[in-house]
Amino acid sequence: MKVSIEVNGKTEEHDVEARTLLVFFLRETLGLTGTNIGCDTTNCGACTVIMNGESVKSCTVLAAQADGQRVLTIEGLGQSQDDMHPMQEAFRQNHALQCGYCTPGMVMAAVSLVHDNPNITEAEVREGLEGNLCRCTGYHNIVKAVLAAAGSGGGNL
Amino acid sequence: MSILGNRVLRKEDPKFLTVGGTYVDDVRLAGAVHVVYVRSSFAHARILSIGTEEARQAPGVVAVYTAADVDLGPRPPEMPMMNQAMTRSLLADDTVRFVGECVAAVVADTRARALDAAELVQVEYDPLPAVVDVETALADETLLFPAAGTNLAMDMIFGTDEHFMDGCEVVVRHQFLNHRVAPCPLEVRAASAEWSPEGRLTQYSSTQAPHGVKSGLAGALSVDEAQVRVLSPDVGGGFGAKMGTYPEELLVAWMARKLGRPVRWVESRSESMVGLGHGRGQLQEVEIGGSRDGRILAYRLNVIQDSGAYPAIGAVLPFMTRTMLSGVYDIPKVEFNSRSVVTNTTPTVAYRGAGRPEATAAIERVLDMFAAEIGMDPAEVRRRNLIQKDAFPFTTPTGTVYDIGDYVRALDLALEAADYQSLRAEQKQRRESGATKQLGIGLSVYVEITNGIPGSEFGAVEVRPDGTVVVRTGTSPHGQGHVTAWAMLVSEQLGIPIESIEVIHGDTDVVPRGVGTFGSRSLQAGGVAVNQAATQVVERARQLAADLLEASPDDVILDKVGQRFHVQGTPTAGRSWKELAAEAESQGGLTAEVDFTASGPTFPFGAHVVVAEVDTETGLVEIKRIVAVDDAGKILNPLLAEGQIHGGLAQGVAQALLEEILYDEAGNPVTANLADYAFVSAAELPNFERIAMETPTPVNELGAKGIGESGTIGSTPAVHNAVCDALVHLGVRHVPMPTSPQRVWRAINEATGKASA
Amino acid sequence: MIPAAFDYVRVDSVDAAVAALTEHGDDAKLLAGGHSLLPLMKLRLAFPSVLVDIGRIDGLSYVRRDGDQVAIGALTRHCDVNGSPELAEHAPLLAYVAGKVGDPQVRHRGTIGGSIAHADPASDLPAAVLALGGELVVTGPSGQRVIPATEFFTGFLETAMAADEMLTEIRVPTAVAGHSYQKFVRRAQDWAMVGVAVARYNGTTGVSLVNMGPTPLRAVAVEAALASGASAAEAAELADQDSQPTGDANASPAFRRHLARVLTRRGLEEAGL
Repeated sequence: MKVSIEVNGKTEEHDVEARTLLVFFLRETLGLTGTNIGCDTTNCGACTVIMNGESVKSCTVLAAQADGQRVLTIEGLGQSQDDMHPMQEAFRQNHALQCGYCTPGMVMAAVSLVHDNPNITEAEVREGLEGNLCRCTGYHNIVKAVLAAAGSGGGNL
Repeated sequence: MSILGNRVLRKEDPKFLTVGGTYVDDVRLAGAVHVVYVRSSFAHARILSIGTEEARQAPGVVAVYTAADVDLGPRPPEMPMMNQAMTRSLLADDTVRFVGECVAAVVADTRARALDAAELVQVEYDPLPAVVDVETALADETLLFPAAGTNLAMDMIFGTDEHFMDGCEVVVRHQFLNHRVAPCPLEVRAASAEWSPEGRLTQYSSTQAPHGVKSGLAGALSVDEAQVRVLSPDVGGGFGAKMGTYPEELLVAWMARKLGRPVRWVESRSESMVGLGHGRGQLQEVEIGGSRDGRILAYRLNVIQDSGAYPAIGAVLPFMTRTMLSGVYDIPKVEFNSRSVVTNTTPTVAYRGAGRPEATAAIERVLDMFAAEIGMDPAEVRRRNLIQKDAFPFTTPTGTVYDIGDYVRALDLALEAADYQSLRAEQKQRRESGATKQLGIGLSVYVEITNGIPGSEFGAVEVRPDGTVVVRTGTSPHGQGHVTAWAMLVSEQLGIPIESIEVIHGDTDVVPRGVGTFGSRSLQAGGVAVNQAATQVVERARQLAADLLEASPDDVILDKVGQRFHVQGTPTAGRSWKELAAEAESQGGLTAEVDFTASGPTFPFGAHVVVAEVDTETGLVEIKRIVAVDDAGKILNPLLAEGQIHGGLAQGVAQALLEEILYDEAGNPVTANLADYAFVSAAELPNFERIAMETPTPVNELGAKGIGESGTIGSTPAVHNAVCDALVHLGVRHVPMPTSPQRVWRAINEATGKASA
Repeated sequence: MIPAAFDYVRVDSVDAAVAALTEHGDDAKLLAGGHSLLPLMKLRLAFPSVLVDIGRIDGLSYVRRDGDQVAIGALTRHCDVNGSPELAEHAPLLAYVAGKVGDPQVRHRGTIGGSIAHADPASDLPAAVLALGGELVVTGPSGQRVIPATEFFTGFLETAMAADEMLTEIRVPTAVAGHSYQKFVRRAQDWAMVGVAVARYNGTTGVSLVNMGPTPLRAVAVEAALASGASAAEAAELADQDSQPTGDANASPAFRRHLARVLTRRGLEEAGL
């Protein structure tokens, strides 16, 4: 079946199997491998992207369901490595990533959280990231980064 | 201005944050096919037949393989002291020995079609009794390997003395299970293989040790090592479990050669939960004896190690447990025996701490029980037995020689930061008022061994004619930040800024040899190698400059800020790095290679205080504070060091509080995905309060010890003790790990005489 | 990780959805947010041959106060139920519980209709609707019918809906006298080990249990005790009566029973009793 999805500002029209998950559409069909797969039970959040301005787990969305929608991935968040989004910058400043595997999903989830709740508290960050697992950082620096970004455009979409 | 010791931001991050890392499954290989493994659904069974015809006919299928097709023999356990009859076929031959063992391989043009076809493979099993717990295994009634004649994979028996506890006024004895956990790196295992027409293999591997994978592949596939290139681009975590060559990875290379096409493999998380090695799994009989005034006189530990179905690194980890047996305490006599048995479960491997958390967890927990027995404050009992700072180098009763430490200071700092007295006061107040939520204060003081078996590590530095530097390292970072750390070391010596320093790892063609990243070895092995290579490059450059300037090398100095060498007192008479590198091009370049072997291991140490709130009605535990003092010698980059501690703390807390791998009596895994396995999230943890302490080690020129595993080693017993401490006034002696609400509830009921089930 | 293949049909009206169900029968499943169904399909525990995507049907996402009831369209997402000012004012239990389902990403996709129709006894919203004494409006080939929540959940993952019927609206009474939802979890994103929902409305108190049997359960004995003047503590002792909790890695039946009693007491107290 044909799907037409706007990804990072560009309309992408492709033929896919009905069972194609959005995460595979992004990774395999479009070659946007920034978004990662970390589990098969919708728990880990590594696959988080922003669809129509809201965070979603792209492993649990069919490309068919995303047909006609707007999707933003990590690749589309900032302008360049020298001109990153405030959330990306905050992650860098606060050493909020180590192996980097959970990071794209974590960043997108964080942007959405702050977008919806600009005055977010530490407890709300921790609870809000309940669906994003990280094995490396112990979350301490991630929480720090999100709070830092909240005050400086971290929720900008 | 020295760059060392500064919080330098990571060079790695802009890429990770904007386009993401390049992990094995991100790499496209033209014309590649995909393999999916069919895995055993029985813990122990004979394979009667494998029907592959339907799968072979399925759309897109290129091949289906079973053991009969694979001409690579079964592999004996990698270490000679393990029972060599306990061999493992890459695809199960006539017997499966754990749920998840690979039975067949289905190769198709897409992963989806390979998955579809895998469902069509029909395996007929004849179930055998499953051996799931170590004590049953030890009884040798059902043997996993009849040819071995026993389930004992290996043992370390040093003997036992029936008079061991003589002279001890107080003896405390208990059985602990340091339970099985899953390493759960966010990136599961993945491998891809492509052979050139000339017969050279390029293997992409998600590994902590690419050179090890290279020799493993070469050996198994009977090719010269020069015919194998291993690329480990970015790796999404390893934690000890991504070492060696798993059967799935080896088979990928074998299939690629057989099919003459590139083969790609990535497992699902559910597969990883049973296919990637598990951690821990030690059943411990612990006994401690001492005097009423708090002095420990004797300590012994008897271990039954769960090796899982095929003995791997996990089986030998009790060796590390024994190495760190007496911990930070000056104990006159110790005893240790261990037996490692096979069970019908996933094989156990190294996992963050690898044998040392087991040692610390045992002694720290039983010490609290000893303190309760004699009615002494747990901090005070520890204080009375700590090795003093002037006692180093210190040789323990098991022959381990600690380099340097100040355990008393670590404990003092932690207690002060935690405001220990106020915590005890609040605890007292809650006990008196009978509050539903009781407060527990848990301590641990630990020491651990890093770079435990020092092998050499490779480091090379080259200055290029454009003035940039390329560093090649045999370490294999997967989150630790070596690209930044090694650049800092080189920048410090050369004066060239880190932005102009490239660090290459994970390509066995570019990095000729290496050992990898595990056991918290990288800085003290690989960092030192790079540091020494940098020193050598500076000296070579100095010599070259001296020649060119017709001066003595003793008169030539390096102006790091100006990035040039010049004659002392005559700044105009000089040569820049660029000029010297260009000059050296015709003589093989301005380069140095070092293979460095440390003179011995180092011993980071610390003290943790955990404050836990336990709801005595529901058993729910909330961790309120984690105070951690961790001394890893001289810290190169505090930002990176803190990150390692944080990550370690989270995993240590997770084992004590949440995570456990469970099997039912038939050997079926019960916690085999991330919905059922309680992988800790941000919502269960507080911020960490880290207190810096640096006692440089004399063992290497950087004064650096390893740090990667310390957080985990110290925090598990601190959390465990906190939960038990919250309930000790109710008569609760011990709550097994992880301290789930149900276990807490049962422990309270047992102590207060209420029924529970 | 990848579902078995299926045919995909997108419908833009309730009638078309019902027609698709009539045509395909048991072979078809409705797809709304997909956060109950797709996880099962990815593990190949469910493999419908036809997926009917109802996610774009207009006019099924709303929250409307209607006299002494609040009507919620079946396609209203959890985040919108949670953020609804009408529900915050008139049925705060439902708004609160919707905010406890899964995590933020799940709440951006999952729908109240999907959750109720899936009828997992460990889910939060079915119990909340049950405690509120709500009604489910169901549409089939012969039109609409209204099923009381107390009759809706018939077995494990089973409802009183016929194979060709679709849940289109959820109705709850306006309930402002007090509420509580006690969700007992070890990790924030977990399903409730045991949960208790309490709603006080129209002079009565509804109490329902999560994960204490094959369906969400009304704690009838508790409600009766309260109605005859028992204190919260006294009534809560009856919480596990007539329940059939199972045992699993997290909790034995006995522990679940204990939790049900403790959480019911806490829930009643929080609701002001």
